[in-house]
Amino acid sequence: MAQNGADLQTVKKLIEIMRENDLLEVDIKLVGVEVKHGNEKILLKRSHSLQPTVNVVPVSGGKTSSAPGGSGGTKVSAQPTSSGPPQGGNLVEIKSRIVGTFYAQPSPESPPFVEIGSNVTPQKVVCIVEAMKVMNEVRAETTGTIAEVMVTNGQAVEYGQVLFRVKP
Amino acid sequence: MFSKILIANRGEIALRIIRACHELGIESVVVYSEADKDAPYLQFADEAICIGPAEPAESYLNIPRIISAAEIADVDAIHPGCGFLAENINFVRICQDCGINFIGPPIEAMQLLSNKIEARKLAREVSVPVVDGSENSLASESEAIKLADKIGYPVIIKAVGGGGGRGMRVAHNEVSLHSAFGIAQSEAEAAFGNGSLYLEKFIVEPRHVEVQVMADSHGNALHFYERDCSIQRRHQKIIEESPCPVLDERSREELCHAALRIVKEAEYEGAATIEFLLDEDKKFYFIEANTQIQVGHPVTELVTGHDLIKLQIRVATGEKLKLSQRNIKHIGAAIECRINAEDPGNNFAPCPGTITKYIPPGGPCVRFDSHAYQGWTVPEGYDSMIAKVIVHQKNREGAINTMKRALNEFVVEPIPTTIPACLDIISHNLFAKNKIDTGFVERNF
Repeated sequence: MAQNGADLQTVKKLIEIMRENDLLEVDIKLVGVEVKHGNEKILLKRSHSLQPTVNVVPVSGGKTSSAPGGSGGTKVSAQPTSSGPPQGGNLVEIKSRIVGTFYAQPSPESPPFVEIGSNVTPQKVVCIVEAMKVMNEVRAETTGTIAEVMVTNGQAVEYGQVLFRVKP
Repeated sequence: MFSKILIANRGEIALRIIRACHELGIESVVVYSEADKDAPYLQFADEAICIGPAEPAESYLNIPRIISAAEIADVDAIHPGCGFLAENINFVRICQDCGINFIGPPIEAMQLLSNKIEARKLAREVSVPVVDGSENSLASESEAIKLADKIGYPVIIKAVGGGGGRGMRVAHNEVSLHSAFGIAQSEAEAAFGNGSLYLEKFIVEPRHVEVQVMADSHGNALHFYERDCSIQRRHQKIIEESPCPVLDERSREELCHAALRIVKEAEYEGAATIEFLLDEDKKFYFIEANTQIQVGHPVTELVTGHDLIKLQIRVATGEKLKLSQRNIKHIGAAIECRINAEDPGNNFAPCPGTITKYIPPGGPCVRFDSHAYQGWTVPEGYDSMIAKVIVHQKNREGAINTMKRALNEFVVEPIPTTIPACLDIISHNLFAKNKIDTGFVERNF
């Protein structure tokens, strides 16, 4: 728990903000302020009010690659949420074309854009990747059924990282 | 002190910075392009984030992707390394707006010193000699011709926003000035997005000597002596050494203090090199400033015993330089050879390809900075440097012998490299006799 007055103040303010905005989860970061709560680390960074602009970014919906870009020997790479071997042989990968934060749903209260079993078409928005406060909609660019979700909500994703696998 | 730094660069310099971070107890985050995804140095960093495909514009030069990586990794600061975004004012401004520290100079100082015309004006103001030339960027070719007539040929045309030999041409008369002007302009436009040119007197057979400086945010500036970078090919440095073997104590002192006057006047913070030409009479002329850590920095580290990258990070956190000038001693002689994947038999064209046999040099008095390894495919489209071999000995003769031994040990097969070219230069009798200048390589090889 926060050890001094200043930290407590910050936490109180945070709780207020969460109440006011009916937020379930907060992942805010503010330069130079760090609050520890048990094993959790709440990092606060910049207090910009975020008016997300929507920017549509094309996403590669290419064929399943034997050498997916990205995670070669890295540590930040996402831990796939769906473990085990890919189902079936010819799954198509939907990859992130940008570095940012993955969001499965348009807002915390909304249902996810897609889930395992959802049918997608090329224009279907499957998730958002936020980069520099810009919410980039990611489209499936392929037709099929979501077979695997490779990342979790709020997770950092890198360029070329596989977000979903789609059964054509 | 910072707790986490993002390194916005690749290859050898990224590895160098990762090493400094480890020694300082700072977490390091390195970004990489798909072309570098198998590079082993990524493993040495605490985190590695792929930011894009191989093309630099889509990865190492892509500001939004780098900033986004810095935000998701939650770093305190970005180290730009050398090259890529290290002297990009727009990048520094964006870092500032995003609340991320840029490990380098403040915007104003960078703006002042990286603009060659402004930097020359500043040098004159603090009584540092500059080569005769245009005060401002040239408005037209006819203005260039008029000025060349006034100061006398030969003259050299340079890009206002440039470096690395691009946008640079020597003219010996009006006819060659006419053709050089057009070529330099389009080169400058293509390379730096700024076609502005300036002109200055071309000093025949000069040495190229630069002074390493470091300044903190409390008004202290120190020099770490000079590096002689006269061994160049097309204005790109191949071999650097310290000390400059023709300078006596008095002229060295004058040179280093001239560099400090420039840095202090610019209210500079961080690492910089102040570059000079040294003519036959050992008179020096300021030519330009580099507002970043440079490829030749290990030479200075060996002769002074100070870790410049660590110092650079420390001053960026706002720490005061604890050293005093008196405590910075220059000991012995050091030489650095840059080893590039280039084919000397084919006009030094870059030679990407897979290294199947790789034996790095080692042993006493040899420092080896490289990110290369056996089985690595040297990617296309990046700087072709694969290694730096640096040696430190009691004197220049000893350093030359150690360098010869180290280069002879160094095996890279089957791709062509500049190892044989460096060996030829270092073994040349004129190099041993110290009769070298910036035209040495072109004249003798």
